[in-house]
Amino acid sequence: MAAVDPATLDFRPARPLPAHQRLLNSTPVAILLYVLVMYLIIRGSYIGAERMGYNWQWYQIPRYFYTLTDDGFRWGEIPRGLMVTIYLSGLSFLLSVGIGLVVALLRLSDLIVGRGVSIVFLELIRNIPLLVLLYLFYYVLGPIFGWSRFTASVLTLAVFHGALVSEILRAGINAVPVGQWEAAKSIGMSGYQTYRYIVLPQSIRIMLPPMTGEFVHLIKSSAIVSVIAVAELTTIGRNIISHTFMSFEVWFTVAAVYMVLTLTLSIGVTYLERKYAVDR
Amino acid sequence: MNDRKPVIVARNIDKFFGDFQALRDVSIEVRAGERMVICGPSGSGKSTLLRCFNALETHDAGQLIVDGIELRPESPDIRKLRQNVGMVFQQFNLFPHLTVLENLMIGPVKVRGMRRSEAEATARKYLERVHIPEQAEKFPAQLSGGQQQRVAIARSLCMEPRIMLFDEPTSALDPEMISEVLEAMVELAQTGMTMVVVTHEMGFARKVADSMVFMDGGEIVESGPPQEVFSNPRTERCREFLSQILAF
Ligand SMILES: Nc1ncnc2c1ncn2[C@@H]1O[C@H](COP(=O)(O)OP(=O)(O)O)[C@@H](O)[C@H]1O
Ligand SMILES: [Mg+2]
Repeated sequence: MAAVDPATLDFRPARPLPAHQRLLNSTPVAILLYVLVMYLIIRGSYIGAERMGYNWQWYQIPRYFYTLTDDGFRWGEIPRGLMVTIYLSGLSFLLSVGIGLVVALLRLSDLIVGRGVSIVFLELIRNIPLLVLLYLFYYVLGPIFGWSRFTASVLTLAVFHGALVSEILRAGINAVPVGQWEAAKSIGMSGYQTYRYIVLPQSIRIMLPPMTGEFVHLIKSSAIVSVIAVAELTTIGRNIISHTFMSFEVWFTVAAVYMVLTLTLSIGVTYLERKYAVDR
Repeated sequence: MNDRKPVIVARNIDKFFGDFQALRDVSIEVRAGERMVICGPSGSGKSTLLRCFNALETHDAGQLIVDGIELRPESPDIRKLRQNVGMVFQQFNLFPHLTVLENLMIGPVKVRGMRRSEAEATARKYLERVHIPEQAEKFPAQLSGGQQQRVAIARSLCMEPRIMLFDEPTSALDPEMISEVLEAMVELAQTGMTMVVVTHEMGFARKVADSMVFMDGGEIVESGPPQEVFSNPRTERCREFLSQILAF
């Protein structure tokens, strides 16, 4: 019974879109548009770079992905930076979901203190720039609590995105009809049981798309920790440039790697949603 | 009936929503095994009264004792009480993410701590009782309204309640499905269950009700045996209401 299949949370069947919108939304058209835009950007920068007399060295890039020497195959700096980015983002996201859940439940609770605390937290986080928050965590709180760069980074991202996640959770929880609460109460369930077995399983289906968006957002904002030199993808990019001066090649490459990562994630989740979206 | 012990005793209940008074000085007694039908125009406070009986609403004044438990705000026994008082809603309120069987088992398993095998046997027994044993593995959205409402009745029965409350159980149903739900309720009445039913199905009231209550404007305007209320309403308001709903 505890195993809940989010797919069963059916509800409205998707309304069919008009033909021209369906065409614009179709995958081939999206890819075509995407390729076109990318072509224009890359082409434009090539022309610009040529005029500046930039010395392209694309042939140097592969060795930052992997090297094949007598010692055998070795991953390069970029994949290793990517792993740190994934680890950092994954950990931060898990934490942010925990923080988000607590804040959302406090916000929805009957406790005036709870609601107050969560609103103050939300306003605080919403009105401080992420970069400043990172400096606060690293330069102020870090020394006090003895946090490493990595810890400070994870906590910054988790707290910042926890605020955003809590709003997604709150909306998802509120989207469950009040009759569900009443039915759960009427068979004697406690508040915890109602959340655990009735409300949250139904919210998950509603929350999955915005949560994916939030995770993508987090991966992208994780680049900011390069300012305190955590060895993730962006920092690796900066390091490579500082001793090779190939800024164009490296930033294009780093951008592409981020994109591959976030697109893979989005496509994977869409696939999961489709797979489980059997109309009941 | 009068020698049975009362299981719901309401004395001088008032209920406010902000400034609006939804219940005015309501006093009522339901005895063990009694089948009471409550009717009255929309907005007269029927649902509110019923919801006070299992503490989905808290009354603001007066005394309310249900199944031997006095209901007060924050009473620690409220969850215990709700396990013994089943409620069937107008909109069914089945859990859409759970199969029919899981809808029926989740209460006994999670709230009563029953073993799954035992809960499943109970669930199948009550599905049989409401004549839809073959729908056990389906999801609520795959059932017709009438079937969903019967599942909702079975879900309440799985908690083995001593009192069953029905809030307009057939009002959201297509006409052809009303009788199958009423049928299940008549059969339940025959088992001796204490039932309080808000409904405008006067055929049902004639057939099973021991007592009838007519509410208007948050007050109990009239109450008594159904024959009496039907054939000889004492108040103009009740007469008018009955003639309206019996017009067809
Ligand atoms: N939660 C609520 N908040 C404010 N007013 C309410 C609420 N619930 C019911 N009411 C009001 O109380 C009155 C009685 O409602 P209700 O008991 O649902 O009537 P009935 O079931 O007889 O149609 C109505 O006027 C309704 O608008
Ligand atoms: Mg009502």
